[in-house]
Parts: sequence; C-alpha cells; structure tokens
Amino acid sequence: MAYSKELIDHYENPRNVGSMEDGASDIGTGLVGAPACGDVMKLQIKVSADGIIEDAKFKTFGCGSAIASSSLVTEWVKGKTIDEAATIKNTDIAEELALPPVKIHCSVLAEDAIKAAIQDYKSKVATANKGQDAAE
Amino acid sequence: MTAKTWTQNNPLYLDYQATTPTDPRVVEAMNPYWTEKFGNPHSRNHHYGWEAEDAVEIARGHVADLIGASTKEIIFTSGATESNNLAIKGVAKFYGDKRNHIITCVTEHKCVLESCRALQQDGFDVTYLHVQENGLIDLDVLQAAMTDKTVLVSIMAVNNEIGVIQPLKEIGQMCRANKTFFHTDAAQAVGKIPLDVDDMNIDLLSISGHKVYGPMGIGALYVRRKPRVRLVPLIHGGGQERAMRSGTLPTPLVVGLGKACELASKEMAAEAERLHGFQDRLFAGLKERIPEIFLNGDLVHRIPGNLNISFAYVEGEGLMMGIKDLAVSSGSACTSASLEPSYVLRALGVEEELAHTSLRLGLGRFTTEEDIDYAVERIAKEVNRLRELSPLWDMAQAGIDIKSIKWAEH
Repeated sequence: MAYSKELIDHYENPRNVGSMEDGASDIGTGLVGAPACGDVMKLQIKVSADGIIEDAKFKTFGCGSAIASSSLVTEWVKGKTIDEAATIKNTDIAEELALPPVKIHCSVLAEDAIKAAIQDYKSKVATANKGQDAAE
Repeated sequence: MTAKTWTQNNPLYLDYQATTPTDPRVVEAMNPYWTEKFGNPHSRNHHYGWEAEDAVEIARGHVADLIGASTKEIIFTSGATESNNLAIKGVAKFYGDKRNHIITCVTEHKCVLESCRALQQDGFDVTYLHVQENGLIDLDVLQAAMTDKTVLVSIMAVNNEIGVIQPLKEIGQMCRANKTFFHTDAAQAVGKIPLDVDDMNIDLLSISGHKVYGPMGIGALYVRRKPRVRLVPLIHGGGQERAMRSGTLPTPLVVGLGKACELASKEMAAEAERLHGFQDRLFAGLKERIPEIFLNGDLVHRIPGNLNISFAYVEGEGLMMGIKDLAVSSGSACTSASLEPSYVLRALGVEEELAHTSLRLGLGRFTTEEDIDYAVERIAKEVNRLRELSPLWDMAQAGIDIKSIKWAEH
C-alpha cells in the first residue's frame, strides 16, 4: 500500500505537536477515540475573544494516517472562526491526504476531534457567561 | 554501524516467521530438476522418471531424518496449510464413527482453527483450549478435556506470532495413554528446535517448506505407521503418496524441501546458538533504550528467532510506518476491516491497547549482529519520537491511569 506524499510528509514532519493548558478559558480540548481501538486524538484550539482560532496543537496515538489527519487539521483550523472550523468535513481530509479506504475512519476521527474541541470551548464560554450573568 | 544501507525498497528483513528466503544451496540443488532432469517421478518406464523418483526418495529421507521418522511416513503436500487440513479432517473422517471429539487450542494457526470449525459443521465436537499468560497450554486442562471419545489432539509446536514452544513430549504422553492421536503443526518448529516423533509420541506432524529455507508451495505431513494412523484423503486421483495425497509430485520443490531439511539437520544446533545470542542482544538493547516495553509470550520456552514486544503508548502500524527500512509485522490489525488486534495476543490476556502496540521481530539464518544493532537503533529512535506525539504517553507521565478515562469506543 503506497501512501501519498502529503500523508508521509505530515507523518514525518507533523505540524503543531504539543499541548496547551487545558484549564485556560480560551482553550478548547477534544479527546476522541480509544486506546483499545488503536486510535486516540487530542486536539486543542486557542480561541481569541472574537472567535478566531489563533493556535492549535495535537497529540495522537495511532497509525500514520491518524497522525497525518490530526496534523493536517491543526493547520486547517488556524486562522478560521470556530464556525468555519466546524464545517471541515472528513471527506476533505481524506481527499487531501489521499487516504486509502481502510483509513477513512482516521479522517472521521479528526473531524470528531475538531468538533469536540469546539464544543469544549463553547461550553467553557457558556459556563463563564453564566457566572458573569450571576455576578451582574 | 552497518556498512549496508537499508531503505523502504530494500528493507532489513526481520520477518522470518512470515517466510524465510530460500537458501542458495537449496536453489542450487533444485536447479537441474526444472529443465534437465524434468521427468515425472511417477513414470516407471524410462530414465527420466527413474532419476526424478530417486531424487524424490532421497529428499523424503532428509525430511524423515530431521524429525526422527522413517521415509515411508512422509507424505508430500503443497504446504503446512494442506498438511494441517489433511491431518485433522483426514483422521476425523476416518475414525469419526467411533470417536468424534477433537481438542485444539485458541492460538493455533487459522488453518487448524478453520479445519476444526468445518468439522463442527459436520457434527464433530471440538474443544478449544485456552492458553496461559505465557502462551502455553495448561497440561492439567488438556488432561481434563480428554475423554474416551477424543480422537485427535492438535496442538502447534511453535506459535507463529509469539514463538513459544508447547510441551510436546508431555502432550504426546497424555495422548498415547488415552489412545488419542497427537497432531502438531510444526511449521515454525522444524529446523528451529530438535523434534523426534518417537520420543515425543507425535502421530502426525505438519511441515512447511518456506519456513525452513526451502521453496514455497511444498510441505509435508508425517503420518505414523506403528501404531498406524489412517486418513481419508482430501485429494483423490492417481493414488500417489500411499493414496493419501494424489497428484504428480513437483520434483524440484520436493528436492528443495529435502535439501533444506538436510541443511537444517546439520546446522540447526549452531544456528540456534547464534540466534539465541542475537535474541538476547536485541531484547537487551531495546530494554536499555526504551522504557515500558513488554515481551509477549514466554521468554524461556521460545524459539531463538522470535521476539514479540509491545511498545506501550505507540500504535504498531504507526510505528511500522516510521521504521519502513525494517521489514517486520505488527499485532495491530488496523489495516484489516475489523480493527481487531491479534487474536493470539488477546488469548494471552494482553489488553487491547497493548496488543495494538506490538511488533513481531523475526531473526534467522541471514541475520547479522550489525542488523540487530541497526534494528535497536531505528526502533528506539522511532518509538521515542512517536511517544512524544502520543497523548497516552503524556497521560502516563502525568500519572493518569488511561483505564480511568471513559473512552468512546468507535
């Protein structure tokens, strides 16, 4: 099975590897997959006050396709609004990396990771707003 | 460091349980039988047939010698899969009227398990023994499973994934005492460890050509003559191979298997000693360079040419992509549709997350000490790189038990 140049590049030189402080109010964290299934992705986004994703980091346990998919989405989400980022489809990821059919689930997981990170950020904002409302 | 350079298209071969390269001396022995001595070994009327038949019988002798059998007890087949099918189905169908129970083990090769499943469809009872954490069967459990209806026990000599050696002699004694036939799939054992069908009370033994530096497409089945084991053939025809396996014998392949067995008889002891040294060096090197690695299967009751190791927190297929200048295999099954990791590792009680991180490293006749050092270097570098990418490694370093997290199974 021959992998695409793009996939191999992301696997060998993954972008935006790392972690950001989970507790911070401007950070959203998505942790998806399961060790028993052989794939776990942690994707984090740092969101500005006007809803722009300023930074993204990932760590992934999984095959080369899973690592490349998560690396790719960290590049894609940066500079996007959270609503724009939420529209990224697994098919876009699969197409960009030319994933073979047995690896499509890796792109699905990457899409789930973005959505989970956005959801986490939104729920933090909602909690904070509620706190503010109560204070006012 | 090695003078050779290994690349993706010319990787260092460390997958000797998948297949072994044909020994050049084997190829040389086979060569004349393609063109010059091309006769049908079953032709009884001219020189071409006679010389082919002579070559086949010499080869049969070498195969027999390697396992302590006599020449009349060796049946040539297309490989160990056919031998296993013939042994299991052949015995079951011959004796099934009186005895219809078979015992095998959950870590057997698929061709044994599937043969047994097929017999279940035909009404046979099959017991699939579990294995202990070290990969070996529990002899007391085997004893307890045997009844007066047990016609056959089929337990492999050496496991293809984890290299563990089952207690053949003890199993053979139990079977003989119960008047049950003992079949062993010895594809991974022949030429690796000493085997003696009389000493071990083995009644049927399967051999593969390409696992013993012989050619692909040839194998053999040992079928005991005293006391006699009878089989219903799978393939009917001209009655070759004592009517147990019809079809024209492929003389060049038979000669190749014979030569491979002859070489194994002469060189096995020295080769095993050399590979033991390499196995120790490889395992010690990896342990020194990489924390938290786990050997799957017993270390002592194991052939010297195999290590199966879980590199916790790094997924096996992802790891293989990083070490593409090494030809190895993984217990992770992410390429298969099921996403299920190795059934053999699962049977040992290896947890799924660790099963996904395993590599099988197979060493053999053409492995060198430089190869071992190169493999240690490459694997250590890549495991450590991928752990830096692994959220599970982070959690482990932070003291978080990954089992305490509620994962969404997908």
